[in-house]
Formats: sequence, structure tokens, C-alpha cells
Amino acid sequence: MLEFPTWKRILVIAICVFGVLYAAPNFMPAGWLQGLPEWAPGKRMNLGLDLRGGAHLLMQVDTQGYLKEVLENSDRTQFRSALTAAKTHGTVDVVGDALVVQVRDRDKFDDVRSRIRRENPDFSLEDLGDGKLRATLTEQALRDRLGTLVQQSISVIRRRIDEMGTTEPLIQQQGSERILIQVPGLSDTKRLKEIIGKTAKMTFHMVDMSCDPNGKIPLSDKLVPSDDVRSDGKPFMYCIEKRIRLTGQNLVDAQPTFQDGQPVVSFRFDSRGASVFGKITSDNVGKLFAIVLDDKVITAPRIESPILGGSGIIRGSFTVQSAKDLAILLRAGALPASMIYLEERSVGPGLGQDSVDAGETASLIGMALVVIYMFAAYGLFGLMANVALIFNVALILALLTVLQATLTLPGIAGIALTIGMAVDANVLIFERMREEVRNGRSPFNAVDAGYRRALTTIIDSNLTTLIAAVLLFAFGSGPIRGFGVTLTIGIVTSMFTAIMVTRFMVVVWLRSRRPQTLPI
Amino acid sequence: MMMIRIVPSDTNIQFINKRFIAMALSAFLVVASLGLYMTKGLNLGIDFLGGIMLEVKTKGAADIGDLRSRVSGLGLGDVSLQEFGEPDVVLIRVQRQEGGDNAQQAAVTKVKDALGDTVAEYRRTEFVGPTVGAELQESAFLAVVAAIGAILVYVWFRFEWQFGVGAVVALAHDVISTIGLFSLLALDFNLSTVAALLTIAGYSINDTVVVFDRIRENLRRYKKMPLVELLNVSINETLSRTVITSGTTFVAVLALYVFGTEVIRGFSFAMLFGILIGTWSSIFVASPFLLWIGVKRDWTGAVKTNPATSKA
Repeated sequence: MLEFPTWKRILVIAICVFGVLYAAPNFMPAGWLQGLPEWAPGKRMNLGLDLRGGAHLLMQVDTQGYLKEVLENSDRTQFRSALTAAKTHGTVDVVGDALVVQVRDRDKFDDVRSRIRRENPDFSLEDLGDGKLRATLTEQALRDRLGTLVQQSISVIRRRIDEMGTTEPLIQQQGSERILIQVPGLSDTKRLKEIIGKTAKMTFHMVDMSCDPNGKIPLSDKLVPSDDVRSDGKPFMYCIEKRIRLTGQNLVDAQPTFQDGQPVVSFRFDSRGASVFGKITSDNVGKLFAIVLDDKVITAPRIESPILGGSGIIRGSFTVQSAKDLAILLRAGALPASMIYLEERSVGPGLGQDSVDAGETASLIGMALVVIYMFAAYGLFGLMANVALIFNVALILALLTVLQATLTLPGIAGIALTIGMAVDANVLIFERMREEVRNGRSPFNAVDAGYRRALTTIIDSNLTTLIAAVLLFAFGSGPIRGFGVTLTIGIVTSMFTAIMVTRFMVVVWLRSRRPQTLPI
Repeated sequence: MMMIRIVPSDTNIQFINKRFIAMALSAFLVVASLGLYMTKGLNLGIDFLGGIMLEVKTKGAADIGDLRSRVSGLGLGDVSLQEFGEPDVVLIRVQRQEGGDNAQQAAVTKVKDALGDTVAEYRRTEFVGPTVGAELQESAFLAVVAAIGAILVYVWFRFEWQFGVGAVVALAHDVISTIGLFSLLALDFNLSTVAALLTIAGYSINDTVVVFDRIRENLRRYKKMPLVELLNVSINETLSRTVITSGTTFVAVLALYVFGTEVIRGFSFAMLFGILIGTWSSIFVASPFLLWIGVKRDWTGAVKTNPATSKA
């Protein structure tokens, strides 16, 4: 164990230099980093949200609601048109997660079935007899629909968050139906949640002037509440036509602005939207026109004159902030489905900084205590172990920096713990050396035997701890995973520093001093 | 060079002879812990139960009474408030809300509205819905079981099955005692506690393996030595290492406990206890257990397995 060829020495030195160089930027003031030349390592550790402060939200896309809605609306309409095309009558009903078609005219059954099959390849058909046909989504189609749904939701959410002007938001899919959002630096999530939580489905309807909201509602109309409150405390209801004249999809721009000192939102239609809007306003001068957002009338202005320019203004009971938010929502588009909040973990910047400071203090004090302890217990050899310990910490930090692994608060705890446990390999080796010295071996022999005999123990004990560390990484979530990462890295680097770095120092010392007794 | 011999080299403590007292103590610990766990249960945090936790910094010293009346008037069920490290920092916990995942989010908004301008900064806002809570519970359980299983397999593979069983008994002893301590003191049992348990498992096994390594070596060296004596020699030979490593780890974690933030105090407290109990168990639980189930004495390569010849 005492031969230490030149290439090995160079390698050990190179790794230690790498550790120091790549760990160093983490301790430099930010200004220094910009002054560094291009080739110098200038990356810092990637701090987790619990250390830098920020919002963490886990949401689930309401896929059940979405699938049902698509089935009830677009699929059902498609099926109906197959009946019409086959020149027959019948019904299409949603039964559970399937559509059931009842064809009245039995002779047309085959025709209807083949039309449905041709135009709706997403469905597998089952003949129930009696002119009844059941259509269920194939598994492939179901997967595709859900995949598209989640992807669309993510892009809408991304647009909305980008519009809010936050920096480096992380928006990613988790599992099949979940979306994880992390926004560093944002601690009050109230507004964030308001912005991403709204479906923001905007539709334009005509108000049915002949219908009394307190009386019987015609089949073609529906009652929708508004933000305005009546004298009895209940919301003012509008009776609007079910027919959707225009949707938010036809908008190309929306901006918060002011009119008569009131915050309003101005909008602009695309060319198709503009022509439809022009026609509606020309045909319905004097009537009320309702803008509905998420099943709520936000405003129902009287059409004073035809609006042909394709732009208009939404006047509601807005504050400056809510006008701004509505503009963001309209620009980013509607979410295809509603969102369910599963989990939130947000940390304010104050707590994050406190955690970093406390973690630093605790690690440094822990390290100082271990260094004193080792020196007291092993003297010169303890000193060598301490030098190795410092390189060990540098290597952990360097690896975390290079891998850009996320350092979390439990991660810092992992480093502090590793500092205490890292010297174990050296303790094992030094204890062996003591025993060998006691058994009357010469210094060279004692050192050699100490390293050789301790090695299996070191590997056995470290591997078992490594198993626990890797499992923490594999099963843990969020911050715990960060703990697993630093513990795993710490075990690997501590084996290197304890076995290679101290051995290097011991060998150099032995060869230059040729001591008669080992000071251990 | 002045060195402090923490454990003198001629130390020869008759650990194994005291095994009945030690085992009785350990058995009491485990039984008491299990009893506490079953009767008193654990103070499960929101990670597992679901619910809401807010850490707020108030303007000036916190008036807990005022804050409590603001929050408890909302009809959100159990609410607890406590000062958290500083006089102007308060930890507010609200039980899991009925009505599924979205209800948690709605309740957070209600609480924040009720606190109004008494709050200078929201240091932490956490809520966990029932879906995620159940998942975290499952994955934490899986992690602990997988860790113990993997360690058992490794030790079995590297040593003999008796050692594997001895190591896992010691490890289970440590984990159960730590759970018992958390139950006794009603400490918040959350994800970081599980991380601490796994780390304790790793640490405990590390300690045990070092002693076992020496036992295996001595089994090869002293073929005729009675097992009791052999175990004693092995423990004494590794005692200095055990004490020093436990010492360095303990002081490092102690620094974390004293100087770390309130958030990881539970974690470091569990670790401190774990280091002590892990050291105890590798001396007083793992090794005597070997004596009890017997080990293979002939390590020269023969297949024959002898039961322990020296059950004292």
C-alpha cells in the first residue's frame, strides 16, 4: 500500500485542485465572478427553493372533467352529424365514459355505424342490438387526448407566468396528469395562484332582452350571475343566449388601460373576430351584449353604434391589479381544463437566507470541532486527516456545482453530517496502525498493514451507508432528495480523500522523514 | 506530540457479560417504544396527514392570542400556533380540510386574509392535500423498508446470515427507539424525520459492520477462543474507533442542532439520539445477538456449520 507511482500522485493532486477551483466561486462575492476570465470555473451551486426563497406548486389537471366535457360537446355533435348525414333520426347520450347512439330507423343502422367509424377513429364501437351502438374511447386515443391536454395546459400556464414577468420559472409535467411549477424569488403565491388557477374561458353572448331573469327561462337561454350585487345581497343575474357568438380565442391582444379614470381592459380581435363583431354590433344596436368569463358576466354594455374596427373595451368593477391580471389571462388564452391544487411549499426570501447563514455557521463550527477532536486524538496524523477533510468538503461542493445538483436545507445537513462521518475511514486506518505498532511492527510495516487491513472494513461500512443514501435519493421527494444527493456524494468523496489523500501525505512524510517510531 | 487517548489501548471491558442487563434495557426500550407508538401514536406532520402550515414573521413581537383568535374564528377545525425560534416568528398549523385537494388551497387564502396586516413576511407557506399526503406516507414507508431490506441483503452477502440478522435487529432497535422518542415527546414527525431515520439506519449499520468485520477476522484468527471472549475482544479492539467516530459525528450534528435553523432542529435532534442509540446497539445488541443465534466458527473454507459451542 505504500508504493505511490507518479501518475497516481498527479491524479490525486489534480482531483484536489479541481475540487478547490470549482468550489471556490461559491465563496466569491458576485462581482468577482463577472471579472473572471471565460475559461475559469464560474458556476455556483444551484440552490433549492427552500434556500433561495420561492414558490413551489404541484397541480393536477382535472382530466375527468375535461374528458366528460369533450365527450358531451364535440364528440356528441360529431355523432349527431353522422345521424343527419345518414338521413335518419335518433339520440346520442353520454352513459358513463361512453356515448350510446340509438338509431330510430333500423335500416340506416349500418350506414350510421360506418359513418361514425370513418369519422371518429378515436372510438371503438360495440353493437348492443336494438339499433343501439356504444362508442368508447380507445386506450390510445385516451392517452393522446390526455397528453395533448396536459401539454396545452402547460403552455398556457407558461404563457401566463411569463406575462407576469417572473424570472426563471420551472414548469414541467410530473407523471401523466400533474404539473409542477417552481418560481424562484416569489414568496406570496396568492396572485400566482389567482393567475394560474383561473380557466379564463371568455365568451361573447347576446343578452335576451325579452326574457325576465326572475321568470321562466327559454330553452335557448341561460341565467348567468354577474359581479354586481343587488340590494338584497344576491348577485345580479343576466339572461343570456346560450349561443356563443365569439370566444376569447379570437382575441389577438388585451391591455390594461384607463377610461375616465377607471381601470379597464382594451382588447383587439383577429380579422375573423373583427368581422363577426362588426356584424353583431351592426345588427343589434341598442341591445345588451354580455362578456362572460368563467361563467360570470363581467360586463354587459349596450351597443351604442356598430363597432367595425375589431377592438373594444371591457369595463367592469376592476382595480388596477385585476385589470392587469385579466389582460394577462386574455393574452395567454384559456386553460383547456380546470386545475386542482395538490401541494404548495413556498419559502420567503428571509427564511431562505437565514437557512443558508445558519447552515454555513453550523457546518463551519462542526468542522472546527471535528478538526480539534481529530488533532487531539491523533496528533500529526490527525492533522493529515484534517487536511483531507478540507479537501473532502471542497470536493463535495465542487461536485454539487459541476453536476448542478440542487442544494437544499436538508442537503446542508447532509454536508454537516458527512463532515462528522468522513473522518471515520481515517479513524479506522489510524486505529489499525496503532494496533500494528503495538504488535511491534516497524513504522513502514505498520502504516502499510494499517491501510491494507482497514480497507475491507471501510468499504463494507461505507457501502452500507451508501445504500441508505441512494434510497433516500430514489424514494425521497424534494428537499429529502437533496439530502440523499449530498450524503451520496459525501460518502464517495470521503472514501477518496481518506484513502488516497491522507495516504499520499503519510507516504510522502514517511519517505522524507524515515521515522523510527510512528507518532500515533 | 500530545495526544489524548480517549480509550486506552489496554481497555478490556466485559461487555458481553453485561449482556443480560443491556438486553433487558434494550428490550424495554423497544417494547416501550412500540407501546407508545400504539397508544399515543405519532404527531404526524402535514407531509403525511395533509393540512396547512404557515410560518409568519409578525410586525413586532407576536401577539399569539390575537393571531389565534383571528385564525380560529374561521371554522377551519384544529388550529395550533407556536412561537418558532424568535419572538416575532410564529408557526401556524391548520388541520387538513374536508372537501378534497382544492379545499386546502381555499383555506390558505382564508387564513392569509384573516391575518391581514399583522404579518410582515410569510416565511413559509405549505399545504399538502390528501392525495399527496397519502403518496408521501407510502413512499416514506417504502423507503424505510427497502433500506432495511437492502442492508440485510448486503450484510448477508458479505458475511453470514447470522450477521445479517444481528445487524438488522440492531438497526430495527435503533429505528424503533427513535420512533418511540418522537412519540414520547410528541415531536413533529415529517419527511425530514424519515430522512433522519434512514440516516440513523445507515449510521447504525456502519457501526455494526465495523464490529462485525473484526469479529469475522478474529473468528479466523482465534479458532479455539470461546465465543463470549472472542466477541469481547472484538468489541474492545474496535472500541477506540467506535468512540472517536461517534464523537466526531456527534459534535458535527450537535453544531447543526445548536446553530442550524428551527426548520431542521427536529432532524438534528433525531440524529443526535440516533448516534447514541446506534453506538449502544452495535455494542450491546448486535454482538450479543450473534451469541444468541450462534455463528459459523470454521472460516477456513469448509462448508460445515457449527452452532455456537460456548453459550455461556
